[in-house]
Amino acid sequence: MKKYIDSFLNYRFLLWELVKKGIKLKYRRSYLGIIWSLLEPLLTMIVLTIVFGTILGTRTKEFSVYILCGRLLYNFYSTSTKSALTSIRRNAAMIKKVYVPKYLYTLSSILFNYIIFLISLIVLVVVAAVLNVRPTIYLLQAPIALILVLMLSVGCSFILATLGVFFRDMEYLWGVALMLIMYMCAIFYQPEKILDSGFAWVLRFNPLYCIIDIFRASVFGRMMNVHYFLYALGFSVVTIVVGLFMFIKKQDEFILQI
Amino acid sequence: MSEENAIVLKNIGMKFNLSKEKVDSLKDYVIKSLRRQIEYNEFWALKDVSLTIKKGDRVGILGFNGAGKSTLLKVIAGVFKPTEGTVEKHGKIAPLLELGAGFEKQYTGKENIYLYGAMLGYSKQFIDEKYDEIVEFSELGEFIDVPVQNYSSGMKSRLGFSIATIVSPKILILDEVLSVGDAKFRKKSEKKVMSMFDSGVTVLFVSHSLEQVKRICDKAMILDHGKLVAFGGIDEIAPMYEKMIETYELENPRPKKKKKKVSKKAVEKKESEDAAEKVSEETKA
Repeated sequence: MKKYIDSFLNYRFLLWELVKKGIKLKYRRSYLGIIWSLLEPLLTMIVLTIVFGTILGTRTKEFSVYILCGRLLYNFYSTSTKSALTSIRRNAAMIKKVYVPKYLYTLSSILFNYIIFLISLIVLVVVAAVLNVRPTIYLLQAPIALILVLMLSVGCSFILATLGVFFRDMEYLWGVALMLIMYMCAIFYQPEKILDSGFAWVLRFNPLYCIIDIFRASVFGRMMNVHYFLYALGFSVVTIVVGLFMFIKKQDEFILQI
Repeated sequence: MSEENAIVLKNIGMKFNLSKEKVDSLKDYVIKSLRRQIEYNEFWALKDVSLTIKKGDRVGILGFNGAGKSTLLKVIAGVFKPTEGTVEKHGKIAPLLELGAGFEKQYTGKENIYLYGAMLGYSKQFIDEKYDEIVEFSELGEFIDVPVQNYSSGMKSRLGFSIATIVSPKILILDEVLSVGDAKFRKKSEKKVMSMFDSGVTVLFVSHSLEQVKRICDKAMILDHGKLVAFGGIDEIAPMYEKMIETYELENPRPKKKKKKVSKKAVEKKESEDAAEKVSEETKA
């Protein structure tokens, strides 16, 4: 364990360089650059509000804030796991040349997406202020959701990164799975209908939905659901343990596959 | 005693799976395992290689194509983890393998210096300090702020060489890198490597040119089909290797022999060209 921590400290600078690289390259060729990380969720929010709010008729004025909360968290989970899935293959040229602990590539692709995600929270603050959703003491729960979503993403990413090395088509399978997860997150509909029906498990057993609900609780000023918190925490810890175990066990074989 | 050893290899074996069809998707994997069609074609690129390299040794690695030379270097550099055996290393290693292959294309030369430096384990302060020196040695001038995708292959190799050699490593791994760039830069890089030799660095050097190995190394090993055939002083190994080439030519039927001759001629031609270049350089000077 001490060995791992020492090596992590030694490679801090490299990790930071890799995170920087991810952020820089994402927006390098666009005129608006990093502004896109604000503009993109704002535009999606407008589309979703029009489609699900106005046309399909969920007319509360906070509905945009409601959508934005779910959409921002889901989007981070989706982009970070997708980018982690291909992290080893994308860096094949480097891995074949110089020895560097391979988890750095996976970890950095999660972290750079996390930083972009944190920046995009500015949109939420602005939209909430405009629509008069006032912060309350419950906002202090928000960091819990932000940390949980990072943990969940790290765990899933290490599992996916390992599978992604051995199976090229994981990328497409995961794309489909992510779509399913999106519909299971109640991003653009109110969950009550489902929670009262026989399909409540669809949401309750989805850790990402639990985290989104905690985040919404903090934004809209209510106490979070403790069951959701414990479940999401347990699920994240288990995926992290499984993911790291898989990754460490298989990492020496990566080079023979890429 | 172990203080004097730079690298100790014990029973190194490196196994690869060479299947005819690569199974790298879940679909293929499921279908083929249902039909029991998964083949594992084992291939040992290295087998039972044990040797001890002392500090300050300059070891040339000789062998035909596919003998396992580059695999051995990658095992020592830590890129490959051997299937069997153990590697013991004492001191910092600077691997000069395929220079410039690891650059990020969309990054400028400057950004790549920091990224690549970090990969090699340099600290930020160190790169800040040495930045000017690296740029100067690479002779890139104002191209340093241009994305690397617009570089020529010579420029990339020059930058790679400059970054990798800015440290004074304990162990230097050279995989035919002394043929980087144009004649002028080649001379400069050879000089730089030679100056490292004087500081008592341990060198592992792969080259197909026996002449170059003789010039640079004081020890040598011969690899053949993944096995260590011989290891010892260069004076002892060089004649053995020459003999190996002779018997190879005798044993092999005509078409290959012809090919070999051509390549040998080509090598001679290249060497004479090199000599000519050197002469013209000197006359210029």
